[in-house]
Parts: sequence; structure tokens; C-alpha cells
Amino acid sequence: MLATTERSGAAMSGLPDIFERWFTARGWVPRPHQLALVEHAGKGESVLLVAPTGGGKTLAGFLPSLIELSGAHPRSRRRAIHTLYISPLKALAVDVARNLETPVAEMGLPVRVETRTGDTPVSRRQRQRHSPPDILLTTPEQFALMLSSKDAPRFFAHVKAVVLDELHALSNSKRGDLLALGLSRLQAMAPEHRRIGLSATVADTVPLQRYLVPQPPTGETRSALVVGQAGAKPEIAIVASEAYVPWTGHLARHAMPDVMNAIRASKTALVFVNTRSQAERTFNELWRINDDNLPIALHHGSLAQEQRRKVEAAMTRGDLRAVVCTSTLDLGIDWGAVDRVICVGAPKGAARLVQRIGRANHRLDEASQAVLVPANRFEVLECEAARDAVLAGELDGESPRKGGLDVLAQHVLGAACSAPFDADALYREVHSASSYRDLSREDFDRVVDFVATGGYALKRYDRYARLRKTPVGLWRISHPRVAQQYRFNVGVIIEEPMLDVRLQGKGRPIGAGGRVLGRLEEFFLEQLAPGDTFVFAGQVLRFEGIRESAAYVTRTQDPEAQVPSYQGGKFPLSTFLAMRVREMLSDPQSWKALPTPVGEWLQIQQYRSVIPEPGQLLVETFPRGSKEYLLCYPFEGRLAHQTLGMLLTRRLERLRMRPLGFVANEYALAVWGLRDMGVVNMDQLFEEDMLGDDLDAWLAESALYKRTFRNCAIISGLIERRSPRSEMTGRQVTFSSDLIYDVLREHEPDHILLRATYEDAGTGLLDIARLAAMLKRVKGRIVVQKLDRVSPLAVPCLLEISKEMVAGEAREDILHEAEEALVKEAMRLG
Amino acid sequence: MDEMAIEVNGEHLMLDAAGALWWPSESTLVFADLHFEKGSSYARTGQLLPPYDTRTTLNRMARLVACHRPSRIIALGDSFHDREAAERLDDHERGALEAMAKAAEWIWIEGNHDPVLPVWLGGRVASEIAIGGLLFRHEPSASHVKGEIAGHLHPCKSVTQRGHTLRRRCFASDGRRVVLPAFGAYAGGLDVEDLALRSLFADAFRAYVLGAKRVYAVAA
Repeated sequence: MLATTERSGAAMSGLPDIFERWFTARGWVPRPHQLALVEHAGKGESVLLVAPTGGGKTLAGFLPSLIELSGAHPRSRRRAIHTLYISPLKALAVDVARNLETPVAEMGLPVRVETRTGDTPVSRRQRQRHSPPDILLTTPEQFALMLSSKDAPRFFAHVKAVVLDELHALSNSKRGDLLALGLSRLQAMAPEHRRIGLSATVADTVPLQRYLVPQPPTGETRSALVVGQAGAKPEIAIVASEAYVPWTGHLARHAMPDVMNAIRASKTALVFVNTRSQAERTFNELWRINDDNLPIALHHGSLAQEQRRKVEAAMTRGDLRAVVCTSTLDLGIDWGAVDRVICVGAPKGAARLVQRIGRANHRLDEASQAVLVPANRFEVLECEAARDAVLAGELDGESPRKGGLDVLAQHVLGAACSAPFDADALYREVHSASSYRDLSREDFDRVVDFVATGGYALKRYDRYARLRKTPVGLWRISHPRVAQQYRFNVGVIIEEPMLDVRLQGKGRPIGAGGRVLGRLEEFFLEQLAPGDTFVFAGQVLRFEGIRESAAYVTRTQDPEAQVPSYQGGKFPLSTFLAMRVREMLSDPQSWKALPTPVGEWLQIQQYRSVIPEPGQLLVETFPRGSKEYLLCYPFEGRLAHQTLGMLLTRRLERLRMRPLGFVANEYALAVWGLRDMGVVNMDQLFEEDMLGDDLDAWLAESALYKRTFRNCAIISGLIERRSPRSEMTGRQVTFSSDLIYDVLREHEPDHILLRATYEDAGTGLLDIARLAAMLKRVKGRIVVQKLDRVSPLAVPCLLEISKEMVAGEAREDILHEAEEALVKEAMRLG
Repeated sequence: MDEMAIEVNGEHLMLDAAGALWWPSESTLVFADLHFEKGSSYARTGQLLPPYDTRTTLNRMARLVACHRPSRIIALGDSFHDREAAERLDDHERGALEAMAKAAEWIWIEGNHDPVLPVWLGGRVASEIAIGGLLFRHEPSASHVKGEIAGHLHPCKSVTQRGHTLRRRCFASDGRRVVLPAFGAYAGGLDVEDLALRSLFADAFRAYVLGAKRVYAVAA
């Protein structure tokens, strides 16, 4: 990360002698962007540095601070934090701290560098309070925690610089909101500090430039911008067989020999997949054909921490030839040995692909090597589109998110824990964060009211208030217990209810202990019956039973074992890439570059139905078997399609089309029923007003929406996920939040927390915002094809029907089926 | 049809989809585990849950009372979430409860959450009561008692079909005894798989799962 390996004899400029000598001794020359950052810092300006991996970005971020710290005599300096570094990953903070030691030691700088993460022992935290290091490296959550302590104003008073690493990965999320709010507090405590944002290449730097600096009451300001030298263009190969391209699926089993060959041709390869279940399967498939016994490991978010650390350590030592991994390794410490990245499945977004490819890039002047492995026909299109975009230097731009009200509630409580606050002043602070520019004073006051007494129209909780007003009008916490509760619940990352998976010896009683292999979603485990087998942590396991908060398993052999499906990690196809895929689809000239089976597929579609223009929405209807189908191809990702499926089936029910179910994938949505849906007026069916009453009625029942509510309820502090008294299990939280949702919606549908939930659902699990944009886009541009049989484009989606459940969410139908199963069992004669 | 008919120890009972038990021949309506003011009980420890749980519960009860017009109502214990819960009711809620109390003969069974019931409630207070072939008490007994109608355990059933799981409150019964689902808006649940529930039944029993409009009988 800190390595800057470009050798040159060019003259140096501006750096103090000791730094110049150090660069020379290393045989390096400072890069222009490193010098530019020193210059901006000299003027006290905040600046965003956008540079690819391998450009000495981290050193650039710290260089100004090291120079400032080297100038002052240590004894003349007060013991205070000079530079605060915040990274999205704990491991990255630790790694950067280690790398910083090199220049500090080699130049003999009087600089103390320390980390503070969730793993930092209490004794060290205590010491840091009394004797702060010059440079402190931490995470957004720890930063929030430190800000909520009573001595925060003193602790942070002398901060001169803040370095925000991987800002592009952080800013557009709830963690980004938490960090933005924290920075707005820091601004009040240390008004003189400057900020440096470090980011990978992004489509639009302006939102990050705004994020980085406090916004004035009206108008806007942006930080300065420094763009590092672009690296060499990557070399991207796409594995595609001329003979066979699967119609559906995400596993690319047919291409595993190609993946194995790519691994053989590499020193060390990272094999990226999109979900944890794909990781398990790919790992298994590779080992099945790993005749040379190459050391190939597995890494994903559900594996035990210890197991992941082992893999990372082996990687650092250069002991591994490949690691099959998920987005857990998108970011993080640099492994010099990685010389090839293999992406199995859909790239989902151009920026994500660039980020992943960058993991094999250590020198700016060398092209990184990447192999894309599409698992089906649509993914071939997606891979081609993504490669074109990356080579053309075009990336997907996300529109900046609106700061979450639930995160704000957490922040307000944290502020009160630190010291009594003045609502006017805190509102001004919050309003200066770019994500909270649109926050009205009224909404802010409602959030404060929510934190204080729950914010209910029925004023029942005044005597249990968490915040009270002092005689001079400041808000203070009512009891030290409130601060304790805040500290137990700080942070915005909400896990699904999880259980430990423990491996026990055969024949031992269930629950008698065993090594923890990792954690799995409770919803998956509770569907298993004892004796069921599944693949996890690269092993085939037999489920024995659940006792308390652990699932007990034994080792077994079963080639048919199922793979857990996970709720998380299903990021949708980006809007930008979707657009490029639509463009490619509509341009028969571009099909020539595609593998023959894919080209033929599109040609026959053109002949039998129609290929839509990029701005159009194709809707096909046709009978098949005993059912009537409606297919549409919005290319807006599975989440938005599922929401659309829910709403369309409601409407079709009202039109007496008797819809029976639907299935959605990233590209298309299929609805089926008992009546010919070709008679429906499609312009009316896809009318934007479905986002009114229909959406409202569905949300009242939706399990996805209730999960969104649960997350908001936990983040905002309505429900504790952990309490000082006892660790609440995930299950209790899930269950009670549904009950709370029902009651709150019945009595106070306009409550601020339901607003927070609705806004969250716009971009989160329901992707309503994207659906809304699509409905607007296709208005008046719907092309209807009434066919007598299934079209080629419809096949991939229809093939998913058997694998997917018939509706996107559980409905009471399944109770009916369970009842019938009981009747059948009772009525059986033999 | 909202209800499902079952027979327990010779008595014909109706299981209501809202979670109450209706005994037509005795014109008796039975609720278990109302847990009034559970929300405000949490508020005391800093979790400011929506303070409408008692209202929701009372509204749901009132609908059933209006529908069945029972001459007797039995609350199977844990009607109040804690000893001070009754004092936290507001006038509106207290009024609703008093109005319902006037409409029928009430029997309040004592529960572990509410061993002492407020005097103003009216009706009779008992630790258990036998009527016809049935015995009403809060906590199911360990021995297999024929005709026992109890609450306390808050049974719930997870039904999984085609990869989807629904978790709902349910009645649990083997035809000899019944455990009622909790009726209170904020009352949690215990899976019927749990030993505390399973051990109450000698052999197979059924979960009568509460749906939006009807009750579904499934194997427990």
C-alpha cells in the first residue's frame, strides 16, 4: 500500500530534507499526487484524492501529517491526536498502522501510531485516553463511540487532519451516514482540521467532494480534487464456450476446468463470486477437479473469524494458489502475490469489477489480469458490457443517498451521552453534512422527540424519558444507564439472526460442545430436519439439531447435500450496467462478438418476437402447458423485479386474471396465471400509480418491509440488540419487531420511524426508487408481443421457476399446503 | 368461517383465528396471556416501544365480544404484564375494560405475571376453575390432565413449504388438553418444537395455526 516503486531521477520539490533523503534512499520519487496533497494540506485545504490501486495512495494521505509532525519538537507538542484515520475495515486500519511504522522508523520521526478497533483491550483504550497517540487509526463505529464519551471534546480538540480511506465504499451507506454525522460533531470540537478522502476511481467525484467538507447553511462547497495517474488498462478475458452456454444458473459448473486452468497459470489467484452459497459450491467444484492438489482456500463472511484469519495469513505468506471469496475481499489489505483475478458469475457493476480487478494490481505501469466467467447467457451479455465499460473508463454512478433518520436518532443519543446539547446548534451541525442537507428542522425535532420519549402522539412516556431538557434548555440524558445502552448498541450493521454452527464428534449428545465452524442464518437452519445434509465451510455436514444459540452438525459424505441460501450479499445489477446491456441487446451488430449460441439465441428472439430498443419495455404473453404467462424484461435487478412482481400480481388479481405466482431474476420477471393476460392493457398495468395504494397495501403485509422496519428500529435505538443486562438473541428481536410494526402502523402510521422505514425501503431490500424510475422511463414505450408459445428470451426466467418458490414472499398458501399434507397423511391407508 | 371446531374431553370448542377459544354450549369466551402494558413495562428499562399494545389487545377482544356476546369470559392469567401494569392504564383503556367487564361474568385466573389482580376489575379471581368437562388454569400441569385448558407457554408454529417459512401463533392440542396462544399484542412466542410444549402431549398433537381469516390444522 505504501510502496511507491517508480524509480526516477527527476528533481524533487517542496519536501523537507529528511523526507527527500528517505525517498532517495528507497530509490523512489514522490508522485505528483503525493506532492499535490502536501501542497493542499499546507494551505489547510480538504482534498479528495482519486487514484487507482498501486499509486501510493495511503502514503499520500499521511505524508502531510508526517511532515507536520516531524517539524515540531516532541516536547513542545502537547500529547494529543494530530491525525485521525478512518477505514471501513478493521483489518485495513491494522495493516496501514503496520505499514506506517516503516517511514516513521526509517526517518526516526517522533510519531506514535496506534489503532483503536473493537479488538483493542480496555487497558489500551484507557491509556489512549490519557496519553493519545499522534496518529490514531480506527473505524466509523469506534469513532462514534469515542465521540459519545464525556471527554470527547478534550480528546479531539487538537485534531489537525482526518484521513478517510476507501471513501467510495463507505460514503453511500448507513455507515457513511454515521461517519458523516460523526465528522459534523468533530467539526465543532476541532474547527480547524482539514480532511483527506482517499477513493478508488468513481464515475462522479462531486458527491464525495461534498461529503468531505462541511456544507454552508445555503449553497454548497466542495473539497479540492487531486486525480492520480491512471494505471495501465487491465487485460480482461471472458471465458465463453462456442459450443455450450447454459440458459440459466449462476454456478458456471461447465466452466470450472477453465477456472482451474486460469489458476494453474497464476502465481496466486482470487476467485470472486457474488454470494456465499456460490462460494461454497465453487470451492467444492474446484476441489473435485483439483488433480494437482493445488492449495485452494475458501473465504466468506459466515466462516469463523479464526478460519478467515488463517486463510489471510496463509495468503500473506504466499502459501496459497487461489482463494475462492465473496465481497469480503473486495477491499482490504494488499496481497502482493495476487497476479490474477477470476470473477465467476455476473459482474453486477462496472465499478465493482474495477475494484475487484484492482486486487491483482500492484504496479501502475502493469496491466492487471482478469478472467470473467459468465454462468449463463444473460451473464455473457453482462460480462461483455462490463468489459466494454471498464476499458472505456466508464463507471456506474450511484446517486448520493439521503441520510437515514434511524442513523440520525442514534447520533442524537450519542451526542447527548457526550454532553447536554442545544437543539439549534446540533441541527446546524447535522445540516452541514451533505447527506443531511435536505433534513428539515421539523424532522430533526421529531427525531429528537423520538429519542427522548419515543415521539408518540400519545404522550405516555414522559416519566421514562431518555432525554430531558435542563432549565437552560439543553437536552441531557436522564440516567447514566442511557449512555450505557447507547454504547452497547452503537453501529448500523445489522446481521440477520444467526446461529453458531458447531462441529461435534459422531455419537455425542447434541449440544455437548464442538468447534465453531462459522455462523449461519437461523432462517436456513430452522428449515432443516435432523439428518439433512448441507455444505458449509467447504465440508459436507449432517444437521443434528439446534440447542440454544447453536446448530450442531457432524461430518458426513453426501454428494447431493444442499447449500445454504443466504439473505445477504445479493447486490443487484447496477443501473448503469443494465443500460449498457440493454444497448448491446438492441444492437445486432454487437452480437457478432458474442459466442455463437448466444448470438443465435438473440437472432431467433428477433425472428420469433422482438428485440426491444434500449428505452422500451418488452412485454410478452403466451400460453404454455395449462398456464398463461406474462414476461417482461426491465433489466433492473432482482430486488426491483420482486417488488414489481408483488404489485403486478395484486393488479392482475383485481383484473380477475387469476395470477398464480411469479419469478424474478436480474433481467426479467415472469408472472403466470389461469387467464390469457394478452387482453390486459399493458400501459395501464404498468402505470406508475401502482406505487400508491397497491404498494401501501402490500407493504402492510410484506416480510421484507418488516425486516426493513426491524433494521431501522434497531439502529434508531427503539429496540436494543444488546443490553447490558443480557445478550438478546436475534430471534427475540425479529419476533417482537413484527409485533411492534403491526401496532405502530395501526395507531400511528405517520410515526417518524415508519417514515425512516419507507425511505430505507426506497433503496434497500425493495428497491422501490429504482422501480419508480423504470416505470417512468418506459411510460408510453411498452412493446407488447402476443405469442403462441414461449420466446427464446423468456426461457432463462422460466427455467428458474422450478428452483425458486412461486412467490417472492411467504403467503398463507403454505399454511394451506401444510394442512393438506396432514390430511393426506391421515387419509393414507397403507 | 373464522373458526375451527375441535373436541376436547367431550366438549365441543371453537378455535378462533384471532386466537381466542369459544365454547358455545357454555357461552364462554377464553383469552390467554393478554399481557396488558407490556410496552410500558419495557419503557421503564429504556426501550420506548409504541404505547398502543393495550389498545390493540382491547380492540381485538372487543371485536370478539361483540361477535359472540358471551355470558362468561375467562382470562387465563398473565392478563397484566406486571404488578403495576393496571395502574398505568389510561382512562380510555380502563373504560374499555370496564365496559367489557359489565357485558359478561368475568373469571380472572391468576398468572405468574399478575398474582394479584386489581380490585376495580370486577368479576371473580381464581387460581383455577372447573366447568363441565374442562379445567381452566394458567400454567399447564406436568401430568396429563384430561380437559385442561391453559395458557402461559405462548405456543407458536413455524411452517416451512417450498423454501418459505411462516411463523405464527397457534393453539396446541391433542384432543385431551389445549394450550392457547397468547392474545396480547406484544406477547412473544415459544415454538411448539420446544420441550416445554412437546412434553405436555403423550403422542402426536396438532398445531392450530392462526391465519389472517381462518385457522389451519397442521402436524406439530
